[in-house]
Amino acid sequence: MAKKTGSLRRYFITRILLVIPMVWILLTMVFLLMRVAPGDPVSAAMGGKLSAADLAARKHALGLDKPLIVQYLEYLRDVVTLNFGTTLTDNRSVRSIIIDNGGATLSLSVCALIVALGIGLPLGLFGGRVRDRVPDVVIRLFGIVTYAAPVFFTGLIFQIIFSKNLNILPSSGQASAIVQATVPTRTHILLLDAALTGDPYSFWDCVQHLLMPSITLGLLICGVFIRLVRVNVVQALQGDYIEAARARGIPERRVVNRHAFRNALVPVITVMGLQVALLLGGSVLTEQTFNWPGLGTQLITYMNGRDYNAVQGIITVFALVVVVISMIIDFVNALIDPRVRY
Amino acid sequence: MAQLTISPTPGGAGDGGGRRGIRRLIGPIAQAQGLPKWLLWSGVILTALFVIMAVFAPLIAPYDFAQYQAHGHTFPKQGAPGAGHIWGTTVMQFDVFSRVVYGARTALEVMILAVIFSLVIGVPLGLLSGYFGGWLDRVLVLIMDALFAFPYLLLAIVAAFLLSGILGGGVVTAALAITVVYIPQYFRVVRNSTLSAREATYVEAARAIGAKPGTIITKYLFSNVVQSVPVIATLNAADAISTLAGLGFLGYGIQPTDAAEWGYDLQRAIDDAGAGIWWTGIYPGIAIVLAVTALTLVGEGLNDVYNPTLRRRRIGKVILPPRALEQPIETKGDA
Repeated sequence: MAKKTGSLRRYFITRILLVIPMVWILLTMVFLLMRVAPGDPVSAAMGGKLSAADLAARKHALGLDKPLIVQYLEYLRDVVTLNFGTTLTDNRSVRSIIIDNGGATLSLSVCALIVALGIGLPLGLFGGRVRDRVPDVVIRLFGIVTYAAPVFFTGLIFQIIFSKNLNILPSSGQASAIVQATVPTRTHILLLDAALTGDPYSFWDCVQHLLMPSITLGLLICGVFIRLVRVNVVQALQGDYIEAARARGIPERRVVNRHAFRNALVPVITVMGLQVALLLGGSVLTEQTFNWPGLGTQLITYMNGRDYNAVQGIITVFALVVVVISMIIDFVNALIDPRVRY
Repeated sequence: MAQLTISPTPGGAGDGGGRRGIRRLIGPIAQAQGLPKWLLWSGVILTALFVIMAVFAPLIAPYDFAQYQAHGHTFPKQGAPGAGHIWGTTVMQFDVFSRVVYGARTALEVMILAVIFSLVIGVPLGLLSGYFGGWLDRVLVLIMDALFAFPYLLLAIVAAFLLSGILGGGVVTAALAITVVYIPQYFRVVRNSTLSAREATYVEAARAIGAKPGTIITKYLFSNVVQSVPVIATLNAADAISTLAGLGFLGYGIQPTDAAEWGYDLQRAIDDAGAGIWWTGIYPGIAIVLAVTALTLVGEGLNDVYNPTLRRRRIGKVILPPRALEQPIETKGDA
């Protein structure tokens, strides 16, 4: 027993140590990428709006006239202290953007993940069980088509059907203007804030706004889960222990649900970590489609303003989020499946 | 030589000509049956239609992709589908049908370029890294893992954003932005299969008779390792189309006057949807879904066919030649 916990602790420590070079490489890549772009950030964002002297002053204030290596070290130091810089176009700190808009992205991503798991797991399990029969074909095609459909197309169809024709769901935004103005900001997650007010109308309004974007994004990701669960159930069902369970006369339903499905779930947790990347990427498109005021919308806005500082800061945060979540997923995995910790 | 190249897998590699390699690639496809075969062929047919549409776009489309007038008449703005414009016209007075057809051409160009770029970079890197190992391997793996961990669409967006400043927005820019995303996938797969193939007996034998690393990599490892590539390449081609559309949707794809691009058209269509104009968005959207689905079907079909853990081969009854005193033995079952 003591040895077991020891190996688990060692696994956690190695995993955390591995994160450091990963983060360092990601940060270096972000830094280099941003310096590959022609011209300097200040001229790109402010060129034509300020005089040459003002531009030089701004550059000096931001430290852009220092040697690259100094800038690089300062960037790393800032990130370690969770300071992601200030935007050039409107002088906001990237940290305040994360706080103000992160909640919207978070609620969208979490709800989308719930939708994806709710659709993907049962369909994948069923498909793997009835492998190569008609329901399996239909489920596989469903998974392929939902993955093939870009979120903005799925979103567009939903908008046409539910907002334009049936007129039952709002087509864009995070909440009605009145709700957004009246709900006091506490957690920066509007859905929670609305729930905290105890006003059912505000809460219901937020839920209505959240419904279409999260289903749209969830559908994109559910295809991945369907595919994965199906393949793993198919492979698990070929295992010797399944044969053994069947030979012992355990009912087929129990064999599938208890023996095959559980073993098929472990890779799902691993891949859930990878899906965070897909979620964040997809959320940029979903937010753009539904005018959702999240980080993705902010990123695109600042890109269009050619604000390199803001882009660098937001991208850095995205990278950190991905690394941290994949680390947490690995921990969960190690806790669940002893085969992972070696 | 022939005795030295004994390999653990039947029909193992490195011993020879392209014909055998081709047979190894085609063989499983011909043997596939049931659902995998059906999926594969429907994908192949849809893909063929997509390619035909792309290649013969000028013959199929009634107008050019950026044409807003013909015979002295300006096209209507957001005109409904009907005579003259079977799928209607856009807010920029372009013919929707023509833009969808030309969009196939853009998608095909970007897709081919992106797949070639990432193959040319990813496969050799994977081979070198897997064969030589050492610090080169470690550094490359770290970089590729970091690239792989990053949200791929974000990476493509950032790459397109930065590249558009240098190269301008065009087919090559879009293809390069997509390439950055897919290199790690080829690298990983090729490196992993190189790692296991490196230890195989035939490679050891080749090394024993004094083959140089270059020879081993190009003659012995390449043909073995490259087997896993078609599946990823088709799946990546599918992803490339949706990534291109995503870039176009965000305005970092191809300029609308340079070429027709489905994602850009959809972005313009979002505003139309509120006004009840559905035809500007539905058709390019369906085109994306069909193209991506077609390629995914091909990729999944190939995966079913090549992946031995998923494969179900057509196995007829094998009747062994009767022996003197025994009954014929019948064997059947799944592989």
